[in-house]
Amino acid sequence: MDAEREVLDVLARNAREDIDDIAAQTGLDAEAVADAIDALEADNVVHGYQAVVDWDRVDEGKIRALVEINVELDRETGYEQVADRIAKFPAVDALHLVSGDYDFAVEVLGETMQDVSRFISEQVAPMPEVTQTVTHYIMETYKDGGIRFEDGDDDDRLSVSP
Amino acid sequence: MRLSDRARDLPESGIRKFFELAEARDDVISLGVGEPDFSAPWAARTAAIDSLERGKTSYTSNRGMAALRERVAAHHERYDQSYDPAEEVLVTTGASEAVDLAFRALVDPGDTVAVHEPTYISYGPGIELAGGEQLTVPTRAEDDFALTRGSLEAAGAAEADLLVLCYPNNPTGATMTEEEHAAVAAFCRDNDLRVIADEIYAALTYGDDHASIATQPGMRERTVVVNGFSKAYAMTGLRLGYALGPIEAIDAMNRIHQYTMLSAPTTPQYAAIEALDRCDDEVTEMVDEYNRRRRLVVSRFNEMGLDTFEPGGAFYAFPDCGGDDEFFAEELLEAQGVAVVPGSVFGEGGEGHLRVSYATSMRDLKEATDRIATFVENR
Repeated sequence: MDAEREVLDVLARNAREDIDDIAAQTGLDAEAVADAIDALEADNVVHGYQAVVDWDRVDEGKIRALVEINVELDRETGYEQVADRIAKFPAVDALHLVSGDYDFAVEVLGETMQDVSRFISEQVAPMPEVTQTVTHYIMETYKDGGIRFEDGDDDDRLSVSP
Repeated sequence: MRLSDRARDLPESGIRKFFELAEARDDVISLGVGEPDFSAPWAARTAAIDSLERGKTSYTSNRGMAALRERVAAHHERYDQSYDPAEEVLVTTGASEAVDLAFRALVDPGDTVAVHEPTYISYGPGIELAGGEQLTVPTRAEDDFALTRGSLEAAGAAEADLLVLCYPNNPTGATMTEEEHAAVAAFCRDNDLRVIADEIYAALTYGDDHASIATQPGMRERTVVVNGFSKAYAMTGLRLGYALGPIEAIDAMNRIHQYTMLSAPTTPQYAAIEALDRCDDEVTEMVDEYNRRRRLVVSRFNEMGLDTFEPGGAFYAFPDCGGDDEFFAEELLEAQGVAVVPGSVFGEGGEGHLRVSYATSMRDLKEATDRIATFVENR
């Protein structure tokens, strides 16, 4: 495995790993790790670093919705152009072009349910290319970013064994 | 009730004391666990459930399901080991049963069985129950705990009847290269020793591929290889292992097995078929994760001044704690709430070392090694 891939595997699990720890885990030296991170960022492989937040545990937390969007394209307007417009809204947390019954899967983050529905009805639905939206409010999140949201420890192994 | 002398004389495992000390507290980070922190691959679990739903709850053939034995034999081609699934493979209830059967099939009362130490704790009692006598062959830190011809000769193993070999090794994480195996194999041929090779950690090697003594010239016919699903596929609780060996050895082991166990449990055999068919990628992922942890742990111990050689396999590091290992482990648990197992529990040559299992989350490993570093500084 090349150095960048090894560093990426570590960061994808935990973006807060410090350079020395990444170096220890990969067997690279610290300088090589720093170079790999610089290259990953410069090449837009790594776009940023975020916390995986369970918003249900935050007072005045946030509401998340999955929105299916269907669009109609014409000669001048392709998926890229539509995506570019949708992505510009700060409320849009994630945006994917998907296969299947609809075109875009959008994750929207808002302060309240009203916020989200107002955003969809006032900003997204009126876009000329958008033909249909279906909004699913997320009721409960069990896992995000590969991390299971749960209390404590489910390690039921014996604490010391041969 | 009156007990047999044999049972009464059997010593309690030294690990038990640390288990009880660690269990008595609820703030302990344990680096004392000898099993994976992953669960069995999902596909293997589903196959087990599916077999139950289809009502597959009867005995299997004494030797294990033919479909499983075929896959086990095919799987071992990757280690250049070639065995006939019909007659040279025996599926057992954990690798532990295979080791026990091998002792009972190969050891006569009064036979001498050479065991390198430090090593896994079950061989001594198994030899004793089979009526044999253990001859301890200490391995040395300066050899990175590999077994050498010199150590065998120094311990008088030329007079032994059988050798137990456990590489990749619990507790040291040591592995042996082809060349190192060649030297031990030559010693075995020269002195007519048979071998039980416990290779349960074969899938968990970092860097070099697993090398087996059974593939050395003239060794296949004098070696019983033991392996299983516990460590590679994180299936410890499903209790499924197997032995590979020459027909007469497997046949003898099966004769004991058919009276004492009848057959290995059926449900895990279905899980194991699926594991061998479809779960290589999961094993690779687990090995990659162990490898990251291994490097971190080894580098942290060396940084804090506890010399640790680079272990090539299993999921253990074996730092030198520079003194009384039992005292160190007890004080560490008391002062910092970190459980490790003193090396001396695993026999001669383990003194002054600690078995540190990195089969635990990266977060816990960092926290635990931070606490150990604090403990070492304050000593």
